[in-house]
This record gives sequence, structure tokens and C-alpha cells, in this order.
Amino acid sequence: MTKVLSVLSDGYRATVEEQDDTVLWFTSMCAKELDMAVLLESDAVNYAVQTDDVADLNLGGRKAADVPRLDRDVDALMAKGVAVSYLAEDLIARGIDESRLIDGVKPVARAELPALFEQFDQIWHW
Amino acid sequence: MPKTLTVLLMDPPYEDERTTTAFRITDAALGKGHNVRVFAYEGAVSLTMADQAPHPNPVKGTSVDDERHPTTKDWASALFGSADGRLEWINCGLCVDERGAGNWIEGPRRGGPADFTAWVKSSDATLVIPTH
Repeated sequence: MTKVLSVLSDGYRATVEEQDDTVLWFTSMCAKELDMAVLLESDAVNYAVQTDDVADLNLGGRKAADVPRLDRDVDALMAKGVAVSYLAEDLIARGIDESRLIDGVKPVARAELPALFEQFDQIWHW
Repeated sequence: MPKTLTVLLMDPPYEDERTTTAFRITDAALGKGHNVRVFAYEGAVSLTMADQAPHPNPVKGTSVDDERHPTTKDWASALFGSADGRLEWINCGLCVDERGAGNWIEGPRRGGPADFTAWVKSSDATLVIPTH
């Protein structure tokens, strides 16, 4: 099976409008036919942070029924067998402690990226 | 021997130079006799909207005729016209629905991620051009 690494850099791009991160969503759909993995980098490393409280969206009296829970979406991806890693330096740069992350996400140091990329047939950089 | 390139686009019209670059890559590949498959995801489904219309330019003082400005659907039509059957284009259906972008030019068809993965598996190369 074709092995693909989805590298997600853009965090929170239209996630409230879409009620999803559309790259995580697309990756999940592709995982039915391709051997997918995800690397979170830049602002997208925030997706691995365990989030207990997400504010509602209420505009003009209309409420968003399904505010995105991106840590749960990452969890769901891993439950489907999609390995999720994050760029360690980007987590540190954002002052996020590893203890705040959901279980199962793996750190990758920048120096390890070439070796990581070598494991895949294709790299999709979003 | 012709090769097959799959390209995924995400940018809506008029938002980024990536769209023109993608069109250039598509045109160049077709010109060399290769096959190109375009998967339009998210805002890119609007690239082929049939209702696009050019406009005059009040800053330059030019009329629609003066501007001679192809819209993105005109570029896509031109690519289909020159492709001799070697261009396929899928607009992601769920993205089309939530954007109301269902009225498109002749050429594209409706599809989804399953089509993209099938293309990935059967193409010589895949290029994902994201939006930001």
C-alpha cells in the first residue's frame, strides 16, 4: 500500500466554519485506501493539546452545533491506525509542555525529519 | 512514454499565485503529451464556476473588452480544449455543496477522496498544492 505522510502546518484554518480541520478530515478519508501518517508542525502542533473546554459559537442567536474538537479528531485518527507525530521544536517554541498532550502522539526532532520522510512513498505538505 | 500527474488544488479563485502556478504546471505537462488529473478540494471547486464574469477596471479606466481578462473558468476551459482528452478534473462534491459551487463549465465531474486515492495509486506522481 502506498505510504503517505501528511504534513500539516496551518492550524485553525477555517476549522469553526468547517467544524473540522479539512486536512485531518481528508487524511482520515484517504486512510481507507492509503497507508497514512500525520506530522503536525508550526501552529498545528496545538491540535495535540488536550482540550477540556471549547467555547461555543453563537452569532445572531444561532449556535454552532458542533464546535470542532481537534484533539479528539487527532485521537480518532490514531484509533484508525494513523500514526500522528509532532515537530518537537515547534511545541517548545510555543511554550507547550509535553504533559499537556493527548496520549499517543510522538515527538520528532527537526534533525530526524529526513529519516522520517524516507519512510514514505509520498509527502503531502499542506 | 506519457506519464500521469495528479494535482490537488485548494485555493479559491483570485486569492493566491499558487493557482496560476498550478495552471502553468498543468499546461506544461499537457503540452509535453502527459496526462493530468486535477482534484479540486475546498475553495478550488470555485475555479470552474460557470457564472464567473469579467469586469471593467475603474482604476485603469478600462472596459470589460479593454481588460480582455480570462476568469479562472476560462483558463480551465482552455486547458480542457488543448488537452485532447488528457485532462481530467474532479470537483470534491462535499466542498461543492457547502459552497454552492455546483454550476460549473463543461469538463469537470463530481467526486470525492476515494477518487483522489485511486488517482494517487495509479499516477506516476502526485502534487498537493495547499492553501494557507
